[in-house]
Amino acid sequence: MLITQLKPKETIASLVEGKVFVINCHGCKEVSFPEKEAVELQKELEAQGKLTGVITTDYICNPENMKLRLESHKQEIDAADMILVLSCGVGVQTVAEYFEDKKVCAACDTYPLPGFQGVTPLEYDCDQCGECYLNITGGICPITACSKSLVNGQCGGAKNGKCEVDSNMECGWERIYRRLAQLGRLDVLKCPTQIRNYATEEKTEA
Amino acid sequence: MKITEAFERGEFVVTAEVGPPKGIHIEHVVEEAKTYLSGITAVNVTDNQSSVMRLGSLATCKVLKDEGLTPIFQLTCRDRNRIALQSDLLSAAMLGIENLLLLTGDHTRMGDHPQAKPVFDLDSVSLIHTVKQLESGVDLGGNELVGEPPKFAKGAVVSPCSDSVDAQLAKMERKVAAGCDYFQTQAVFEPEKFIKFMEKAKQFGKPVQVGVIIPKSVGMARFMNNNVAGVHVPDDMLEELKKDKEKTKAGITGVEIAARIIKECRPYCQGVHIMALGWEAKVPELLKQAGI
Ligand code: SF4
Ligand code: SF4
Repeated sequence: MLITQLKPKETIASLVEGKVFVINCHGCKEVSFPEKEAVELQKELEAQGKLTGVITTDYICNPENMKLRLESHKQEIDAADMILVLSCGVGVQTVAEYFEDKKVCAACDTYPLPGFQGVTPLEYDCDQCGECYLNITGGICPITACSKSLVNGQCGGAKNGKCEVDSNMECGWERIYRRLAQLGRLDVLKCPTQIRNYATEEKTEA
Repeated sequence: MKITEAFERGEFVVTAEVGPPKGIHIEHVVEEAKTYLSGITAVNVTDNQSSVMRLGSLATCKVLKDEGLTPIFQLTCRDRNRIALQSDLLSAAMLGIENLLLLTGDHTRMGDHPQAKPVFDLDSVSLIHTVKQLESGVDLGGNELVGEPPKFAKGAVVSPCSDSVDAQLAKMERKVAAGCDYFQTQAVFEPEKFIKFMEKAKQFGKPVQVGVIIPKSVGMARFMNNNVAGVHVPDDMLEELKKDKEKTKAGITGVEIAARIIKECRPYCQGVHIMALGWEAKVPELLKQAGI
């Protein structure tokens, strides 16, 4: 079981640039979704004239399913400057991979709850770290794609693009760097020093 | 003495590193450091390098300091969480150790205890940030320190010949933003690449020491090419090492190569960091040939 919680209002406000297309994933039955807050956020965006459209769906982590839905909303998506995804980390990564040159942002943090995990495709992984970093990593999860789960950039260990721990695995931070370069968003690497918070259970209770 | 004072004086700063032994007898390390490294600015002491368990860096730093050398305490994030790291930093300050080199550290999988839990609670950038915070009199938990806070010269590493040098520069920038005072680089065998790197790195305004390894043999060079990140010994250097086996074995060729690299890089940087890897005895000759 996992829980997605909307990031603080100020954080979301700082992510929003221009017009927004929103994707809500009510998820597999293992996800608890912040429905009330999500509706509120969309109303606010709409009132500000920033909303181009909304999809509310489930299993956006299924790329086939997601592609079909996105295609039917092509106009609204084209009209948007960015896409705001309300889902667990896996969902955001799936969407980010699909849009090579559009800014995709995670509006939620994902926390674990006891019980089963959701259904997730193998390529993307979310460790439910409780403090989703996808907005500063071009939509690639640094917790699961980097062997040391580094959150401030690559270690010096990659050789020929491969991780020092596993020569069959691409260095996650080189992937992040390439993706950000492709998106023209290398400036996000200048963000403040990130320090992980391992007291996430506490946060879930609050 | 803080190494940053030497940079401020405009010196070409020379450091070399020593590795503590796997055991409690340190006499040999101390003797070598005193004999061959006493003329240089400071001596790095590695922290369980390559994830191989050894005698502690901090204790070794203290012994070297008592012998009149200036130690640089290397500290990695692999084996300690933020509580242990901060505690060791306070211990270092209490012992009068003023120089730090702050690293993420190799993964535990790389060393002689691959079953160990890798910690990485912090990383090189957040560790620099942590030191800076301690220096302001507050710990990472936001609690005030009692009495005068510690003050350090905060160093970090960067890999100028890495195949992802732009990502390395981005990381370097984050380290500078977090409060890093100086940099030592991964071993350089391609001065052209280093010079190009420095053209971009100089915008950060922090002193950089070029990293140098004395190549011991063709085998060692090839091993580095295949296994060590950010290190590439070019073909003509491999040929040079191959040519006269006796001369290479005696270390003469290696010292010639390393001295040449230092000379070529010197106009572009603020010092040299020598990783002698057991050839500490060759450091004085290397510096002589490099004209330092
Ligand atoms: S950073 Fe990774 S582990 Fe953390 S919530 Fe986002 S996708 Fe999940
Ligand atoms: S090589 Fe890359 S993926 Fe591996 S630990 Fe270092 S930064 Fe992470």
